[in-house]
Amino acid sequence: MRHDKILLDHGSGGKISHRMTRDLMLPAFNNPILSELNDGAIFELQGLRLGFSTDSYTVDPIFFPGGNIGELAIYGTVNDIAMCGATPAYLSAALIIEEGFPVEQLETIVAAMGRAAEHAGVTVVTGDTKVVPKGMVDKIFINTSGIGVIPAGVQIASHRARPGDRILLSGTIADHGVSVLASREGLAFKTSVQSDTAPLNHMVRGMLAAVRGVHALRDPTRGGLGTALNEIAEKSAVGIRIHEGRIPIKPEVAGLCELLGFDPLYLANEGKLIAFVAPEDTDAVLQAMRQDRYGREAVLIGEATAEHPGKVFMSTRIGGTRIVDMLAGEQLPRIC
Amino acid sequence: MTLKHIEEYRDAELAQQLAEKIKRISHRSIRLMEVCGTHTVSIFRSGIRSVLPATVSLLSGPGCPVCVTDQAEIDAFIELAKQPGVIVTTFGDLMRVPGSTSSLQRERADGGDIRIVYSTLDALSVAQKNPGRQVVFLGVGFETTAPTIAAAILSAAGMKLENFSVICAHKTVPQALEALMTIDDVRIDGFILPGHVSVIIGLNAYRPFFERHRIPCVVAGFEPADILNAVASMVEQIESGKPRLENGYPRAVSEPGNVKAQRMMAEVFEPVDACWRGIGLIPGSGLRIREAYAAYDAGRRFALRLPETKPPKGCACGEILTGKKTPPECALYKKVCTPMDPVGPCMVSSEGTCAAYYRYHYEA
Repeated sequence: MRHDKILLDHGSGGKISHRMTRDLMLPAFNNPILSELNDGAIFELQGLRLGFSTDSYTVDPIFFPGGNIGELAIYGTVNDIAMCGATPAYLSAALIIEEGFPVEQLETIVAAMGRAAEHAGVTVVTGDTKVVPKGMVDKIFINTSGIGVIPAGVQIASHRARPGDRILLSGTIADHGVSVLASREGLAFKTSVQSDTAPLNHMVRGMLAAVRGVHALRDPTRGGLGTALNEIAEKSAVGIRIHEGRIPIKPEVAGLCELLGFDPLYLANEGKLIAFVAPEDTDAVLQAMRQDRYGREAVLIGEATAEHPGKVFMSTRIGGTRIVDMLAGEQLPRIC
Repeated sequence: MTLKHIEEYRDAELAQQLAEKIKRISHRSIRLMEVCGTHTVSIFRSGIRSVLPATVSLLSGPGCPVCVTDQAEIDAFIELAKQPGVIVTTFGDLMRVPGSTSSLQRERADGGDIRIVYSTLDALSVAQKNPGRQVVFLGVGFETTAPTIAAAILSAAGMKLENFSVICAHKTVPQALEALMTIDDVRIDGFILPGHVSVIIGLNAYRPFFERHRIPCVVAGFEPADILNAVASMVEQIESGKPRLENGYPRAVSEPGNVKAQRMMAEVFEPVDACWRGIGLIPGSGLRIREAYAAYDAGRRFALRLPETKPPKGCACGEILTGKKTPPECALYKKVCTPMDPVGPCMVSSEGTCAAYYRYHYEA
């Protein structure tokens, strides 16, 4: 069945989104920089190598445990630039606000953006504000774009992972996804889980200063760890094996996922990264990650292999093996 | 190491010991069916098949509520969503199920007011907040969700809430087991009985079935070690020729079950013959809202008629739900039918057999 209408699945970050990007966007904008499909674009301009990225934020609810849409909009773009190996420097911010939106909430959000920019060490240098009639958007949408310079000698991209690379993860998974889900209206659960929204650029700088052998970086946001690993496996044409018992997850996150039938491998993170690193550099990079406040729980979760290019396997706790596929569409809570 | 990690470690160790035991004692080729979709997913996620010997095959049964919901019922849900002013409330995994011409997801994109809720009581509060509109809850599920729906109806009756109703497509598990035993060419040597359902109905609910058929039956929890424990027990029962009805989940399941929940169900519902997608009519396997609560029956309120439907061409959901085929044996699997564009319901729900195979099964 070909879709004649856009469904929420088209925005899930999974297979349906990818298909739309491939079939609709790539042909229209046809160029080699875009077709690399990194977290941001990597290109050269007058002798400087740059990382450039944009993202729109439409989170519901706009205030959630651990943050709000404002921080998310700053850190999200900062992180996408950092995943290109670039040092994020300047950001733009565009706000689309629904008529009737409380000024007090807007002040809170904008103040959070200011603090977040300071914390990440970036400057918001241009922006735009639009107000649309009630009902035309849901409360507030924010778009941010950002740019940063890639230091000389840094070569990071999602097609550069190699067989033998070790895969490092900076901390617990699915915190953001669960915190947002649990604070949505209609969900009767109370949870202490906070979103992990955080800037990762300082951690990346530390990692890159330590060694040369960081090949690929990704922040597993929408679509989660499972989807991010699949993207790298596919683009780098490597196989991936991860170990279930090594992936950190908070017990309350695991519990809520079990209740709703969600796989935490596919829930969003907003302050975590995965790194593909040459085996000899593993310890140095792990140390650099753990020195950053957002990477204290960094761990080795697996390795890239020459076998099964494009596929991700997981060794399970009980000694079995299963495949980790890319998310198909938005995860829906199950009936039991 | 935290306490949680120690537990996980022990669980893994126990699971490995159980897998070793199964390998050691299993000689005959056997086919065991897990009836519950949550078991199906747990089996895939933990890679249980990869640690079992070739003698033990696990079949996935009709235990995903979305998968066994009749196409006519799905079409009725969609019809309801098209009615002006109606708010349809539903559990999330019904959204993508294809009806004959549309799905709830498409209706929502077309402007239908369809809201995902996480419990029936949430649906009730939607009704309270929207007094001027009719709010209908799509009641799909087994004995696990049926008591919560009974509770919502009782509570609506208590509040004299006039804009709330339920379309009841609930089904019951013991009757389905019975039906599986009578279908031709279905060969099952033992049942892994569902955990959550058994919490409600209790071990005793399976006794008549067990006495009639003398087939190994073990209620299991959802941890890998729980499932392997049930498998090990059934292998042993089959090898020794001594079938049992066993409670392998005593930390949650009792002999009588949750009597209070059973009473609530009996107050609101009565058994009715029900059509299971892919299987057909199973006597006494559905739940209908009793006359006393007819005001809360959306079927009566909206005079819904179940349309005539045909299953999608080539879809093997029926054979898959009864363990006659595995998803890769269906001609549509992965070619035409994917979670993005599902043809049959087994590809839709996260707990559907085809969706689980699609996501977790790898043919080397």
